[in-house]
Amino acid sequence: MNLQNFGASFRAMRGSSAELGSGGLRMIEPHSGAHASQIEPKISLHGVSRNFVPEKGEPVDALHDINLVVRPGEFLCIVGPSGCGKSTLLHLIAGMDKPTAGEVLIHGRPVQGPGPDRIIIFQDLGLFPWLTVRENVEFGLRMKGMKKAEMRSCARHYLQLVHLSQFEESYIHQLSGGMKQRVALARSLAIQPDVLLMDEPFAALDAQTRDLLHDELERIWAETGQTIIFVTHNVREAARLGDRVIVLTFRPGRIKSEIRVDLARPRNMEDPNVVLVAGEVMSKLRGEIDKSLQSELRNEEHA
Amino acid sequence: MKSTLRQIGFYVGLLVVWQAMASAKIWPPYLFPTPLGVWESLREGFTDHSFWIGIGISMKRMVVGYLISAVFGMILGLLLVASKFFEDTVGRLVVSLQSLPSLCWVPLAILWFGLSEKAILFVVIMGSFLSITISTETGLRNVPRIYAMAGRNLGAGWAQLLFFVMLPASLPHLLSGLKQGWAFAWRSLISGEMIFVTLGLGQLLMVGRDLNDINQVVAVMLLIVVLGIITDALFFRIVERSIRAKWGLTPAS
Repeated sequence: MNLQNFGASFRAMRGSSAELGSGGLRMIEPHSGAHASQIEPKISLHGVSRNFVPEKGEPVDALHDINLVVRPGEFLCIVGPSGCGKSTLLHLIAGMDKPTAGEVLIHGRPVQGPGPDRIIIFQDLGLFPWLTVRENVEFGLRMKGMKKAEMRSCARHYLQLVHLSQFEESYIHQLSGGMKQRVALARSLAIQPDVLLMDEPFAALDAQTRDLLHDELERIWAETGQTIIFVTHNVREAARLGDRVIVLTFRPGRIKSEIRVDLARPRNMEDPNVVLVAGEVMSKLRGEIDKSLQSELRNEEHA
Repeated sequence: MKSTLRQIGFYVGLLVVWQAMASAKIWPPYLFPTPLGVWESLREGFTDHSFWIGIGISMKRMVVGYLISAVFGMILGLLLVASKFFEDTVGRLVVSLQSLPSLCWVPLAILWFGLSEKAILFVVIMGSFLSITISTETGLRNVPRIYAMAGRNLGAGWAQLLFFVMLPASLPHLLSGLKQGWAFAWRSLISGEMIFVTLGLGQLLMVGRDLNDINQVVAVMLLIVVLGIITDALFFRIVERSIRAKWGLTPAS
């Protein structure tokens, strides 16, 4: 029932944005332009490497010599085979992990641990089951010491943004997968981070729900102007969402190639241009996936 | 509904069998109590206030002793998780001491505190706080890492992480530990009271024995059981149910 409600309100929203016409489209891409290179980078990584040395077995080169510049307001997608260090990259930017070499800069300053300016949405979300939906969204605000009334109106605003107002007082286990994703999104947005780091957030969802969330994410991103780094293994998703797609290699994770996606927004998963870009990304990625699979097979043989 | 009827039927049947066995006079009445005798003893105990006093005093000891155990037990549990040093040293000690029946603390308590209120509290605390420590520790250790990561990411400092994330996240486990601690405290208290210290329910049991009044012995035993059930239902079951409902640990039915 809730999904249908959501679908209806969503269609209404789509209708209104279509009426905006081309003007609306231009508004959605505020940062694209010839002078983009002059803008101070939001995030920059210089020669970043990260090795893991397990107690047993050989050390793993998760990331090797990553150089990356992300401009403010950019929607960057990172694709790569499983085990290529995509999540590690996000954790480094979030400050949940430290690089073994190189440096990660946010607005030109080195990262000193986690901070509310960079919020990561984990694949497993990490929503708190002992809190209601609203209390989950308020959590980060409470940590900041925000006053109760202010906190409540702020949470209400972001729950409205993700179309969950009716579920304020529900507990997490009462929600569907897509709704949980939206709670996680609202919880992260409420803190108003400059940077949103998303780790395969929609991997576990059915295609229909995922499409809806793509549209919503694109709309929210256009409204808030946040910088988003979105990790996925789905090339179509990357082409659908990103201004730019980075392909990582398999162990050690390096940047293999970079694809600019200059398509108008809002985009659509089925758009032939999106499919075309996805094909291009896939051609770069295929060899790496093979390597990843071979490594997994080899590990299996060892075991 | 059906299960309630079944339960009522069971207890009525039990009473009937009990009365029948008493009427058959297989054993002399000073060895085998009758339902009526026990009822009479309960009535007398409550009208001359001796049972009320016993319950009051035992419950007071229980509450004080248990609260101290809960606070210290949880603090020690936290320390065991927070520090590797504590875990390796005190942690091992806690596990081995937990295997000690609480009654074994009685001689020590008497030597240290004499036949006093302090001694009985000591026995109650020693009987229950280690189990609370252990369950606090396992509860905290079993909190999925993702909660701590999410909490940190949302800007929680260490104290906020502890009070707003780790403790609530371990609550289902913690609660079963607190419940177990309450049961241990109750047992330790009654056994302690039977051995020394005047007044209290354990003492009433022993008075029954000294007077050769089997009806009073059984009446007090019944009282102890009923009090245990009531505290469980009044407090723990309500809290537990609300937690399980919030977390979605019970089916919706």
